Amino acid sequence: MIRTIAILATAVLVGISFIDVPPVHSLQFPQPANFPPPVYDYRENPLTDAGFRLGRQLFYDPLLSKDSTISCGNCHQYFAAFANLDHEVSHGVDGCLGTRNAPPLFNLCWQREFMWDGGVKHIELSPLNALTNPCEMASSLDTIVARLRSAPGYPEQFDTVFGSPEINSQRVLKALAQFTGMLVSANSRYDRHVRSEPGGLFSAEEEKGYSVFKADCATCHREPLFTDLSYRDNGLDSIYSDPGRDTITYLAADKGRFRVPSLRNIALTSPYMHDGRFSTLDEVLEHYNSGMRHGPNLDTILQRGNRLGIALDRDARKALIAFLQTLTDSLFITDKRFQPSE
Amino acid sequence: MKWIMIVTVLVTMITNAAWAKPSHFDPPHKATLSSRASAPALTFRFRNIVDDRPLVLFDSMHVYTNANGDPYIITTFKYYISNIRLIRKNGDTVYLPESYLLVNAADSESLVQRLSDIPPGRYKAVTFIIGIDSLRNFSGAQTGCLDPARGMFWTWNTGYIFVKMEGRSERSTAKQNRLVFHIGGAKTPTNTIRTFTQVFPHTLKVKKGHQPQIDLAVNAAALFRGKTQVDFSTLNFTMGGPNSVLIADNYADGLFRVADVKK
Repeated sequence: MIRTIAILATAVLVGISFIDVPPVHSLQFPQPANFPPPVYDYRENPLTDAGFRLGRQLFYDPLLSKDSTISCGNCHQYFAAFANLDHEVSHGVDGCLGTRNAPPLFNLCWQREFMWDGGVKHIELSPLNALTNPCEMASSLDTIVARLRSAPGYPEQFDTVFGSPEINSQRVLKALAQFTGMLVSANSRYDRHVRSEPGGLFSAEEEKGYSVFKADCATCHREPLFTDLSYRDNGLDSIYSDPGRDTITYLAADKGRFRVPSLRNIALTSPYMHDGRFSTLDEVLEHYNSGMRHGPNLDTILQRGNRLGIALDRDARKALIAFLQTLTDSLFITDKRFQPSE
Repeated sequence: MKWIMIVTVLVTMITNAAWAKPSHFDPPHKATLSSRASAPALTFRFRNIVDDRPLVLFDSMHVYTNANGDPYIITTFKYYISNIRLIRKNGDTVYLPESYLLVNAADSESLVQRLSDIPPGRYKAVTFIIGIDSLRNFSGAQTGCLDPARGMFWTWNTGYIFVKMEGRSERSTAKQNRLVFHIGGAKTPTNTIRTFTQVFPHTLKVKKGHQPQIDLAVNAAALFRGKTQVDFSTLNFTMGGPNSVLIADNYADGLFRVADVKK
């Protein structure tokens, strides 16, 4: 009898301690079948639905900018695959113009380095520049943390996610990484094509474009991420007005080099290049075909024999553009989870 | 039946502990910095100087002169030391885990810092990194003294500023005669991680009931002489890169000195 009571008591006590658990459910990182394992390890920042929601709320909250007018979502628009549609360079507070094109945000967990020059070496630290740059959100971590501490709802959410209502920059950055790291784009028609899934058929034109791509573009824009994550001078300028990667490494050989951008969702992320100088894919391809400028660090892959660049006739360009359209992930840009919550 | 009750209580305790609020976000180094009454603690006292004079910020009465003869005042002086190791009399090395200390000349509380859980023993020397180790320098978001909000972190080329000295000199050609020396960088060829090692003037005894202390004299003048004598008219600004390496090579030897150890 006493034994039964004891067992019951155990059960009840165990039950009570389970009720103590905050209503947080862990989330699974959506590893695409055709991708390598990610670089960022969420074991250091356990993914939960509450953490993801908090990250999303921070991402879309203008409170993070100096004058509370701009959120991360201003320059990283979900309908443009989190790039900044029609903006050559980012626009900060007080209409301040930056110097580089806001990169799209997706598949960040596969990146070791961030930004056009690779200056940021960890996904959790990637928002710092935009948050504090006087020409972007122009705020400071102390200000952001102080505002969040007194903003209704936030301490409770941090409590749910992190186990105490304490708000500090580490928690803000980890929550943001729970949102930005989950921006996985791997459901384009191309992906269904290579995974042999329904809806993955290519037209003859797209198939031809894929062949051109594999022959002429795939070394730098390596599948499946469509970038080899290296830094290259792709012949934009012979004199480098923006030193690019050299700013970070202090190596003359890195002058004028920028990170090879992914071609995923490329049809959505106009304008192109680090300074947004090209507004259409046609212009970009024409640049590779006939617009090369021979700076001291021009990539050797763009110097074959006596010819600079990549010979692409009209048909090849047309086919390539058809193929590039298959890299648009419409499920990604319409995914309600990634949009501001009502 | 008693054991059943004991098991019940134990199970409940373990379950509750397991489901307690997650602790993986707690700053890792707090565990070391918090004092545990029973284990001996070691106090680090930092005395900032410019050669034979105390370092006083923003003070026109404290105009210093560098080795090149350039007068200057100091407005900011901050630095990290980390990865502290104590060397036992027998030569064994005792690594003090999660030892990251940030000293700010403007914050008197930072001039005396305690590390707890020091293994008792007799020590003959200390060694530490001036700055932050490469692994932590390139890790994710940190907190405590490594919080980027502490003003010792570069956001555009992520990594910690190991030593930050700002001031003014009439010899500086920069705007408002500014001096800006932000030393950091942990990658070849502009790696500025330097290691300091010094044998104590006499044995440091760490044992219960004692209050052992290491007094460090920190000489800001060391930034500007040594391998490269700094002329403020030509070098008055660096934020990482080759010029930061010059300064780090300069201070590697002369920035720190163990002035005394106490038991």
